Amino acid sequence: MDTVIDELPLYWEGFTTTLALTLLSAVIALVVGTILGAFRVSPVPTLRWFGTAYVELVRNTPLTLVFIFFVFVAPQLGWTPDDFFIPAVVALSVYTAAFVCEAVRSGINSVGLGQAEASRAIGLTFPQTLRLVVLPQAFRTVVPPLINIFIALTKNSSVAGGFFVAELFGVARQLTNAHPADIIPVLIGIAAFYLVITIPAGILAGYVERKVAFAR
Amino acid sequence: MSSILYDAPGPRTRRRTMLWSVLGAVFVLGLLYLAYRQLDSRDQWDPERWQIFTDPPQGQTAGDVWSSLLIDGLGATLRAAGIAAVLALALGVILAVLRMSVVGAVRWPTTVVIEFFRGLPVVLLMFFGVIAIGLPIFWGVVFGLVVYNCAIFAEILRAGIVSLPRGQSEAAYAMGLSRRQTLFTVLLPQAVRRMLPSLVSQLVVLLKDTSLGFIIGYAELLRRLQLNTQFFGQRYWFQFFVVGAAIYITVNFTLSRLAVYLERRGTKKAAGGVAKADDAAIGGTSATGVSV
Repeated sequence: MDTVIDELPLYWEGFTTTLALTLLSAVIALVVGTILGAFRVSPVPTLRWFGTAYVELVRNTPLTLVFIFFVFVAPQLGWTPDDFFIPAVVALSVYTAAFVCEAVRSGINSVGLGQAEASRAIGLTFPQTLRLVVLPQAFRTVVPPLINIFIALTKNSSVAGGFFVAELFGVARQLTNAHPADIIPVLIGIAAFYLVITIPAGILAGYVERKVAFAR
Repeated sequence: MSSILYDAPGPRTRRRTMLWSVLGAVFVLGLLYLAYRQLDSRDQWDPERWQIFTDPPQGQTAGDVWSSLLIDGLGATLRAAGIAAVLALALGVILAVLRMSVVGAVRWPTTVVIEFFRGLPVVLLMFFGVIAIGLPIFWGVVFGLVVYNCAIFAEILRAGIVSLPRGQSEAAYAMGLSRRQTLFTVLLPQAVRRMLPSLVSQLVVLLKDTSLGFIIGYAELLRRLQLNTQFFGQRYWFQFFVVGAAIYITVNFTLSRLAVYLERRGTKKAAGGVAKADDAAIGGTSATGVSV
């Protein structure tokens, strides 16, 4: 227990790195995933095909393999970043974007058929239909699964710890090496920091879901 | 596919769609071309590099390379995933039953345990198994996978039971079945069937998570890729990456197709229908979390 208190600064550093990784990747994944989601429901076949291919490839690839690509393979292809933080953000974003895309797509598909038909009937164009009618409604259904995706992202950011980023899991490895006698308290401390993020976010997702459940 | 958003097109819209299709195609092909050129500038298409899989250097045979990837690597991955899947499913059923208990003293601790396990990264659990409990690497990997996935399976099953029509349990009680009989002979079998697609997609996630063993030093597929590049030289990383990704995608894609097949078949047969795999996240059962 004393070890945990003594090492609090290191814990804090790991925690902020985990948060930074998660938030940065979440923003990028949200943007890229929404664009891909729009591709998947667009009337343009090539873009639809591109979105589908991306999602199917990434969803069936383990995150560790994506990390291997950006950390070990990319330098062979001519990309040599200075530290390991940026490749980690890129790997997490690329991976999470596929899941965001799926959430956005199922959200759009969950909007009633009549909504799009009605907007066509009053003469809205396709972009107008999407922007004014479908997306605002889709957004409500998409929020709870999105929160769940970001919870998963928080947990997934631990993979970065295996690829030279000193976030919470990296700190766990460092501390268990330094304090072999206090392994269990040290790891429980790390677990607590993760749970501080994941459990409240899970409760929030459940709450939002109940709030919007009556919408349809 | 998503014909709900737009009408059957007239001639003008068709022309416009055509134009956008061409632009889209140019965009996609442009991306692919950029990737191709970048790889080309690094000589990644050099046939000599790809001969690593047909006629490798340093006195190795193609058989050695492939057996290290497929038999040692994929074998280790599938072994860990298989054992973990069976144990996690068994424990998941137990946790689901305990969480549905009428006794608060049983239900609440189970809920806490499930929430706890679900909120932690799998790799941390594996690490805990190896470092804190002192399990051998293989069982550490299995431990992490089981602890995390049994909580997820429990939530999927519970969501399945909750989503059954009330009439099922009411009818069972009316027939004089006890609570336990109702649960095991009426509710659980239907819940399993209903949630089969979600269960299979979670199995895909479990299989993917086996790769986290790479981080704690389990010699699975990805570790084999790395060992091969250490032996033959870093310049072969791209080639080994492509083959490793292809193996994973093939295996997972097959499993995912199985989930879709079960979903289709189930919709025809099961009385209450089968929940879509994606719905585990969307429809009122988000307790299961998202298969990420």
